[in-house]
Amino acid sequence: MLISIRELRKLYYVGTEEVRALDGIDLTVEAGELLAIMGPSGSGKSTLMNLLGCLDTPTSGDYVLNERQVSGLDDTALAGIRNSEIGFVFQTFNLLPRTTALENVELPLIYGRMPRRERKRKAREALEKVGLGDRIRHQPNELSGGQRQRVAIARALVNEPSILLADEPTGNLDSRTSEEIMSLFASLNGAGNTIVLVTHEESIAERARRIVRLLDGRVVEDVQVTAKGSGR
Amino acid sequence: MILENLRIALKAIRANKMRSVLTTLGIIIGVAAVIAVVSIVQGLNFVIASELQGVGATFIRVAPERDFNDPDLAGKEITLTYEDGLAVMAHSTALKYFNPVFFRSERVYYGDNKHTSTLLGVGPYHQEVNNHWVDMGRFFSELDIERHARVCLIGRKIISELGLGERPIGKDIIVGNASFTVVGIMEKKGEMFGQDRDDLVLIPITTARDIYGREALKQLILDFKAKSPAEVDLAKDQITQVLRRRHHIAEGKKNDFQVVLQEEILKTTGSILGTVTQVVGAVVGIALLVGGIGIMNIMLVSVTERTREIGIRKAVGARRSDILVQFLIEAVTLSLIGGLFGVLGGWVLGILGAKMIPGFPGAHVPAWAVFLGFGFAALVGVVFGTYPAAKASALDPIEALRYE
Ligand SMILES: Nc1ncnc2c1ncn2[C@@H]1O[C@H](COP(=O)(O)OP(=O)(O)OP(=O)(O)O)[C@@H](O)[C@H]1O
Ligand SMILES: [Mg+2]
Repeated sequence: MLISIRELRKLYYVGTEEVRALDGIDLTVEAGELLAIMGPSGSGKSTLMNLLGCLDTPTSGDYVLNERQVSGLDDTALAGIRNSEIGFVFQTFNLLPRTTALENVELPLIYGRMPRRERKRKAREALEKVGLGDRIRHQPNELSGGQRQRVAIARALVNEPSILLADEPTGNLDSRTSEEIMSLFASLNGAGNTIVLVTHEESIAERARRIVRLLDGRVVEDVQVTAKGSGR
Repeated sequence: MILENLRIALKAIRANKMRSVLTTLGIIIGVAAVIAVVSIVQGLNFVIASELQGVGATFIRVAPERDFNDPDLAGKEITLTYEDGLAVMAHSTALKYFNPVFFRSERVYYGDNKHTSTLLGVGPYHQEVNNHWVDMGRFFSELDIERHARVCLIGRKIISELGLGERPIGKDIIVGNASFTVVGIMEKKGEMFGQDRDDLVLIPITTARDIYGREALKQLILDFKAKSPAEVDLAKDQITQVLRRRHHIAEGKKNDFQVVLQEEILKTTGSILGTVTQVVGAVVGIALLVGGIGIMNIMLVSVTERTREIGIRKAVGARRSDILVQFLIEAVTLSLIGGLFGVLGGWVLGILGAKMIPGFPGAHVPAWAVFLGFGFAALVGVVFGTYPAAKASALDPIEALRYE
């Protein structure tokens, strides 16, 4: 079991009003899964992903990642987990501007204190893996949206994390590019990577092997998809 | 990691060149002032120190007291004569040499050439007292002094001004209205504070009295040399005693002369330089403070502008300390660049300043001043960069990523 969360809650207070972004989530993810999280806007998908990615801390509940209790760890420990265990892909790419693709991909390795030469080699390999071996010197503004997201995926992969988290990775892309990015995720999953992704589109979710549906901060459905591409 | 941070810092600074330069202006000015002042003060100290070494710590000068506002001295005829000096020597155990000095501006002629120089009427121990020696020929003998001989020694400048040629010794020159035979050339001393110290004519004090009259030689300067630095204070007491007795100064009345020790001259100049240094130090402090606030301001702007970047870095695993160090290094790099421009600018200012003071031997920038300048700059960077860097490092990753 790679991920196990129990009774996970995240509350926000806006003025005097309490917002239950996550209202008691139980979820387990096994190594090698390709899991899609769906749900209407405001159902808590991003909140859940941020907690899974250790970018945020829950109000209450347990989060065990790779047999390690994550809830309650301090800042520095969480940074370490983000660095070595998690690869995060954002809807808006979140690449450093005026910085080449290679340097963007190197970033996690820099904070992992990897020596320069090895770092360059691994970053280049990761870019080749996502099909951008010929664009390593390009800066984000010199790349298309799909290429930018590939750079972001290479950056998420480069540290060989236990899990790849993607929050609406195709949200800013046209349908054909979305299709390419989904194929990339599928092939990465085929190569053994565990992937959790959030999407609004059924067609994309259909590529997943398991779909979890959220509503108002709760899991309302959790189903295995038997045959790839055949609906549920 | 440090190297990575340095690259990030340089990249960020390069991205905003103009802003960075303006930001570091305070530091540039502060450091430039440090370097310029240190270089000039060092130059002056160097001159004074070599000057003192030249004359020595045993040098004592006695001059007439010229304070006309003093009721003790008002209406009294002030005198300080050759005989006063001889009497001091006769009664003092702590003094080794004595040299009376009469000086005035005088015209000198040789053939068709004329020149206005400083005429000094001196005693036989002028060389020993001033540590200024004859270079060619000979100095006055006791006999010259006794016989009121019409002989003179000249500085280098006189040779060139009067066109005395290769062999000036033995030639007769006119000093004022009298003819003198050149018997020696004084060693070269060079210029100081715009004064050419090789532009002088020395004649025996006795001869000076013949020519200019007793009345003119009533107010001399009497220079002495103590036997050792340890005996300088004793010598001062003895001089004071003898002169008070000779000048019939009643108990409780003020001296009509002043005794100045080399040490005191040194202290005075030292304290003037100290004051200058303090004033400039305060200005520098303010400039560096302003510079530091500039750095802090621009770093706060930079942190805000780069909130998303900070979020991204944190998302991929940057620790608080990584972000802290990154922005600290950026602040320090910024202020060190300011320091570099400051050191260069200060150096140029020092050289220009030295040029403006005529006869100044040239600015001298010691390595420690350069280190001091950079040290100040780095310190300002650390002190004023800490708050923005801490602010950056404390950002919450999610909030930073959401920042528009
Ligand atoms: N920082 C915050 N402060 C207050 N409320 C918040 C905050 N972040 C999220 N919420 C609330 O939590 C709920 C869940 O938000 P979340 O972003 O997880 O939704 P989502 O499922 O990702 O929606 P979308 O599909 O539109 O991205 C929403 O009602 C939102 O208003
Ligand atoms: Mg969302």
